[in-house]
Amino acid sequence: MVKIYSRRQEMEQALEAELDLVAQTVTFQSNTYDVNELRFAVPKIGTVYGTALNYEGELANLGEKVNEAPYKNPPKAPVLYIKPRNTFCAHKADIPFPEDSDYLQAGAALGIVLKKQATRVPIDHAADYIAGFTIVNDVSIPHESMHRPAIKQKARDGFCPIGPWVVDASDVDRADDLNIHVYINDERRQSNSTKNLIRDIHTLLADVTDYMTLYEGDVLLVGTPENPPLFQAGDTVRIDIEGIGSLENKAVAKSTKGVNV
Amino acid sequence: MKRARVAIDGAIHEAVEVEGKLKLEDGRIFTEDHVTWLPPVEPGTVFVLGLNYADHAKELSFNAPKEPLVFLKGPNTFLGHNGSSVRPEEATNMHYECELAVVIGKQAKNVKKEDAYDYVAGYTVANDYAIRDYLENYYRPNLKVKNRDTLTPIGPWLVDKEDIKDPMNLKLKTSVNGKVTQQGHTSDMVFSIPYLIEYLSSFMTLNPNDIILTGTPEGLEKVNAGDEVITEIEGIGQLRNYIISDKELVT
Repeated sequence: MVKIYSRRQEMEQALEAELDLVAQTVTFQSNTYDVNELRFAVPKIGTVYGTALNYEGELANLGEKVNEAPYKNPPKAPVLYIKPRNTFCAHKADIPFPEDSDYLQAGAALGIVLKKQATRVPIDHAADYIAGFTIVNDVSIPHESMHRPAIKQKARDGFCPIGPWVVDASDVDRADDLNIHVYINDERRQSNSTKNLIRDIHTLLADVTDYMTLYEGDVLLVGTPENPPLFQAGDTVRIDIEGIGSLENKAVAKSTKGVNV
Repeated sequence: MKRARVAIDGAIHEAVEVEGKLKLEDGRIFTEDHVTWLPPVEPGTVFVLGLNYADHAKELSFNAPKEPLVFLKGPNTFLGHNGSSVRPEEATNMHYECELAVVIGKQAKNVKKEDAYDYVAGYTVANDYAIRDYLENYYRPNLKVKNRDTLTPIGPWLVDKEDIKDPMNLKLKTSVNGKVTQQGHTSDMVFSIPYLIEYLSSFMTLNPNDIILTGTPEGLEKVNAGDEVITEIEGIGQLRNYIISDKELVT
């Protein structure tokens, strides 16, 4: 059993609960439910910051390009971006599939949820600032160039599914060694692990808060692994992170008949 | 009407301008120097335009972009009028950027240029400081340059849209220690306010209190600890800011 924080769609109040990952049950105030019986809202969060190029394989894929134009040098500081509030999407909610793209890519990210204001956090104190961990699908329209901020590719409505819950940090033993799997329509399409991060979780938190304050509830994504799987309208995307849970969403195109199918 | 958010005697208040003074909802009136100015709205999603004045793009040796170059800012970076912005002692190139800030007033999706102003609540002034020492070419301009704590002063007033006849026809000006260093005109924007609202709302939903910082004209100069920087836009206001060194933060 692990302690989680979650919000049900029926209730604004975030509740502490006990999650049994093996039995797939959640116990709220001594009532036990099958996780599939519950409808989860987006957890109570602040600003969501993503980190790019923080998996060894992702940087390796760029290869020599990091020394060529337009990049000219390998990245020094964490490569960050913001997933704005219009992108937030609950577990099991539909991801609106845009009309101007044939494919989307799934960005399977472990999200660090901040416990309190974090400014210039020393690495050896980073753990004190982490409330817990959640799962984020950093959805993007595939794009090759990382030269300019990818707002049009990353900031569409519903492009940031988050949840279903936040697992308390004290129940996550080794956040820097968690297996991540992505399934499209139940077929496994990607496997990786947070042990392949370039900056581990504490280093990332220290380097980011060196110049940028994170607040209680802000979410810092540790990165997305190389070769993200693509999906199309009608597909169901599921991200499993070991010890955290499963985040599942379906991509739904706008129907010309005004009815979502 | 000009509106502000201020802290007085331990509480946060909304205020309106009356004869150069601030009038609170409870009727009390204060002079400008008796309040702590906060950003005039609590920022939602904040969009910033890079290279949106052709002359400024040239100054930085770029061609003006064909599509808007947009980046986002987080809540940590904003600071009210008369605030102090922190300059790292190690930096060699920090400069100001005077920008017209457009505050969204209602939810906007797929808005056409012709209707864009219907979705605007009003305008304020922003100073989008950059520290070029930290520039890297990944998602440039990167957050280490543009989203540092305290480096985006905004205010003092939110001026109602109705009070600004044509926001695309305003003078901008920056002074450092009383000397004018930057002058420009909003009519020189590459992508106009209606264009930007149509562009952004074509692929995402804009919400009330989202803000668009529309870019800066040419005339960048380096600033240093101890400087007083005033960014000013005709009819909108004068935003004052002081620069302090990060050395002064160490106790």
